[in-house]
Amino acid sequence: MTDGLDRTVLYDLHVELGARMVPFAGYEMPVQYPMGVMQEHLWTREKAGLFDVSHMGQVILRPKSGDVADAALALETLVPVDLLGLAPGRQRYGFFTNDAGGILDDLMIANRGDHLFVVVNAACKAADLAHLRKHLPDGCEVVEVTDRALLALQGPAAEAALVGIAPDVAAMRFMDVIITDTIFGPLWVSRSGYTGEDGFEISVLSDQAEALARALLTHADVAPIGLGARDSLRLEAGLCLYGSDLDPATTPVEAALTWAIQKARRAGGDRAGGFPGADVVLRQLADGPDRLRIGLRPEGRAPMRAGTALFDAETGGSAIGHVTSGAFGPTIEAPMSMGYVSAPLATPGTPIWGEVRGKRLPATVTALPFRQATFKR
Amino acid sequence: MKFTEEHEWLRVEGDVVVVGITEHASEQLGDIVFVELPEEGMTVSKDDEVVVIESVKAASDILAPLDGEIVEVNDVLADNPAMVNDDPTGDGWFFKMKIEDMSVLDDMMDEAAYKKYIG
Repeated sequence: MTDGLDRTVLYDLHVELGARMVPFAGYEMPVQYPMGVMQEHLWTREKAGLFDVSHMGQVILRPKSGDVADAALALETLVPVDLLGLAPGRQRYGFFTNDAGGILDDLMIANRGDHLFVVVNAACKAADLAHLRKHLPDGCEVVEVTDRALLALQGPAAEAALVGIAPDVAAMRFMDVIITDTIFGPLWVSRSGYTGEDGFEISVLSDQAEALARALLTHADVAPIGLGARDSLRLEAGLCLYGSDLDPATTPVEAALTWAIQKARRAGGDRAGGFPGADVVLRQLADGPDRLRIGLRPEGRAPMRAGTALFDAETGGSAIGHVTSGAFGPTIEAPMSMGYVSAPLATPGTPIWGEVRGKRLPATVTALPFRQATFKR
Repeated sequence: MKFTEEHEWLRVEGDVVVVGITEHASEQLGDIVFVELPEEGMTVSKDDEVVVIESVKAASDILAPLDGEIVEVNDVLADNPAMVNDDPTGDGWFFKMKIEDMSVLDDMMDEAAYKKYIG
């Protein structure tokens, strides 16, 4: 270990594969392999990319009653998502909110029959666990899963690469979750990911993770992909990065994530509100927020990166917001950014300007995603 | 060919000096997606920021290696910035500059010294 950084169980494999390792969320993680960020991105869109996401937190919420509805109702006190309506074998996106309606973390929540399984961001997992343990009732046990690694296999060839190991994945649709026995032990598989591609996230026992990764990598269409390409893939897909695009000062309404707040949790719903900051979030749902997350396409090739100040005019005018993520999109072959602007300027097609190296460069507010997802629905 | 500590290379062609970045630098930067070149005819001083490079990772500035005048820029890079990765010491050059006293090149690193410098 260097500088107190953790390693995932795949560290040695990353090094063997020639990865450049960087500190990320307290872990030494592969930012790229010899293929390079651009080619890794394109490979994932055309074939399949294998990502080590073992740094993320895996948590089981087990109701002592044995009735998953009790866990669902307990977690609903912390996230504005309809979890009672989440069917067994299905997963939903959600977020923890604070008393101001800001986002503490975003997460995936799966109903696994008699308990919930959630996956949270690496940088937030200690705080999330503390949050869950503090606020969930005693009847709901919070168990951090520490004996499992997490892999993501993403791209059009993902199913073909995984089906030989886990035949049951062929029948899965987007956001399905299963537990399936394989020669690599029981795999917890969801058909989801963070790239906008069809694909899977696979929780595997730590002592089987390297063998599973090596088996997947023997498939001619599977290549290891680092965090660099993971970031450009998710940005093309219009997906938020917690800590950049989402933070405790940003509500889900401002973040344009209202699609994740189902009817049951909105005003007039069966279980309206009842989560931290509900007053703020429900008021913004009714009245509209002051600012909104947008997609942005700069003219030319210069990326507008995180922090770029946005204006409503080329000269003079007003500061209207800033970029929270920005990069070059290898698939769209153009720069792309996400950011926040005052709500009246959030309509796609609105011309705005970003200040790059002292110059205001033109850009256009654009509907997200930059590239349509290819999920198996 | 001569080299700077900023990982640029300089090659004398007649009475001008061609400037680009080294293979080592292009590898460190990663895939280059945008190059902003200076104006032809611009007079520059050593260490002026004359080129902006954006890679998949970050933006970087390329500094003028010497005092002089920019006499030609490699316009191809505007549409094909990846040329810098593909052929950093050939077709991926940035600009040509005219300098007063070519003898200043004598004090710069040669290839052996540069290789030692990057270890």
